[in-house]
Amino acid sequence: MRVAVQPEPFDPGAELTAFSVGLSGMGAVVSFTGVVRDLPGGGLTALEIEHYPGMTERAIADIARQAQERWSLGDVLVIHRHGRLAPGDAIMMVATAAAHRRAAFEAADFLMDYLKSRAPFWKKEITGDGAEWVAARDEDETALTRW
Amino acid sequence: MDVLYFAWVRERIGLPRERIDTDAATVADLVEELRGREDRYAAAFADLSALRVALDQELGDFDAPLAGVREVAFFPPMTGG
Repeated sequence: MRVAVQPEPFDPGAELTAFSVGLSGMGAVVSFTGVVRDLPGGGLTALEIEHYPGMTERAIADIARQAQERWSLGDVLVIHRHGRLAPGDAIMMVATAAAHRRAAFEAADFLMDYLKSRAPFWKKEITGDGAEWVAARDEDETALTRW
Repeated sequence: MDVLYFAWVRERIGLPRERIDTDAATVADLVEELRGREDRYAAAFADLSALRVALDQELGDFDAPLAGVREVAFFPPMTGG
């Protein structure tokens, strides 16, 4: 398992290649990359990600351990950036490896649902008009009941 | 204990963390104590349903006892991913 919480940009392709090395017995690798999305009408200058140093790493490791208990996974990767990001930047990625595809897909989906609502990150949208904290969505909380 | 604030809670209170000597038995008691201090705390803690709390970096609830806890953090619902 690798968990990285970092301000630096990362290369999702290079991370996926490195993750995929040496996974003998694993028939499936699934990855998801989250990208900073512009506002529907445009105008997003930056996205600022605040986090809780210490708790963030613990919370993500705990979520990844839960995934490993539920599915038989060869490996798990979670990268999440903090600080100031621009539209189009990769903000986070998860990757899972498993013997079969369904476990890899489900574990990645589970990780994403829990990262959204249980990892201590907060997003602030910066536009030419000011700055606004992104409100949590009820759907994200509801999504956890799937598991 | 150390009390930490994140996102708009931090902005409303005006600082990221502070050391508080308190006899509060629970998180809710601590919140009451803070609310009584100044308007900025009352504003930050106006609606507890809009807040989450972590005790020693584990999510908890407002009824949780504070005995033995070293770090309490208040923040809005998380928006990662």
